[in-house]
Amino acid sequence: MSLAEQPLVACHDCDLLQREPLLPQGGVVRCRRCGATLLRSHPRSSERALAFTLGALFLFILANVFPIVGLKLSGDYIQTNLLGAAQAMYDNDMRLVAGLVLITTFAAPLAQMLAMTYLLLPACLGRRPPQARRVFRGMTLVQPWGMLEVFVLGILVSLVKLAHLAAVVPGVALWSFGGVMLLMAAATASFDARDLWARLEAAR
Amino acid sequence: MKDPASTARWHLATCHGCGLLSRAGTGHAARCPRCGTPLHARKPESIARTWALIVAAAILYVPANLLPIMETSSLFGAQNDTIMSGVVYLWVSGSWHLALVVFIASIVVPMAKLIALVILVLSVQLRARWQPVQRTRLYRLVELVGRWSMLDVYVVTLLVALVQLEALATIRPGPGALAFGAVVVLTMFAAMSFDPRLIWDSMEKNDA
Ligand SMILES: [Zn+2]
Ligand SMILES: [Zn+2]
Repeated sequence: MSLAEQPLVACHDCDLLQREPLLPQGGVVRCRRCGATLLRSHPRSSERALAFTLGALFLFILANVFPIVGLKLSGDYIQTNLLGAAQAMYDNDMRLVAGLVLITTFAAPLAQMLAMTYLLLPACLGRRPPQARRVFRGMTLVQPWGMLEVFVLGILVSLVKLAHLAAVVPGVALWSFGGVMLLMAAATASFDARDLWARLEAAR
Repeated sequence: MKDPASTARWHLATCHGCGLLSRAGTGHAARCPRCGTPLHARKPESIARTWALIVAAAILYVPANLLPIMETSSLFGAQNDTIMSGVVYLWVSGSWHLALVVFIASIVVPMAKLIALVILVLSVQLRARWQPVQRTRLYRLVELVGRWSMLDVYVVTLLVALVQLEALATIRPGPGALAFGAVVVLTMFAAMSFDPRLIWDSMEKNDA
């Protein structure tokens, strides 16, 4: 069989060029030289990714509206949400750290969720949204900087550290952040850039 | 390996964004025809950039661990906490499992990440041929675990926001928090600028 007859894939980790095998539904193709995951097919990957993303977006709003933790201390009750925590860092002359926290726990995850919705919702309806290339590129650049799962662990560590100071009351946002974390992990796992682009190209 | 056909040999390039394989364009302006991501046969100046970022991160690793990341003042006096003393505190107060988590995330991971990056860049620079599969795996691991070092930055942020009870205790962030955040960001950029395909390039050149 000639090279022209069968589609080729290249490994992004070791650059080996190899013929693309027929992929069973739900199957995974690994690089034959270095073992990197080359292709993964989920049935209806774009619909699944969209559903998970919309769920995550809803919980993300809850997570930022409600307090993460509250402290009860001799009559006083103090609570904070994510934006309030970043604000406190900013007020303490730690502007760079406040910015870093804001980017990694708020801006980057939100941008990723919005970009995925923007691309996947029309794609699933058979349309191509304007500026799809730019939005896709922005999304791949932003993705490594979202660190919600680390933030959730950070909340748990803070709870333990605070427990000796006062009565700690976990807030609604704690559970919401946990939910966003799980849903976004599911969304990125089922997201398939090849499927998305195949749909966007077909829609043109 | 009889014919290690890498894309560069066929004048092809893979898109980092969408995975499309296309003919490598000429010049620097080449972009993926499907999603518009700039195409590089190899990441530009990968080795020099990675070295620069490793050195910067290694220098900042010292103040990140020596300077206090948190300053507590309360009725019982003032106290400066470094990352290590925070770990000791958790351990002494009985949460040894959390002490272990913080110790691994804040001290072991950044250090191991720097060492792993040095090994990877050096091995590529010396055109080493040993264990390419393991070295590629090491790189994937470095990319995967780096973000967990952000843990203590989040903990300090939440504590600063919550503990503002003037009468009882105040927690302020210390300069170590800034250095520590910088180490995390720099090592993430270092991992991103390293190109794992260079590991395999030295294999092929030696074959020829
Ligand atoms: Zn490979
Ligand atoms: Zn592309």
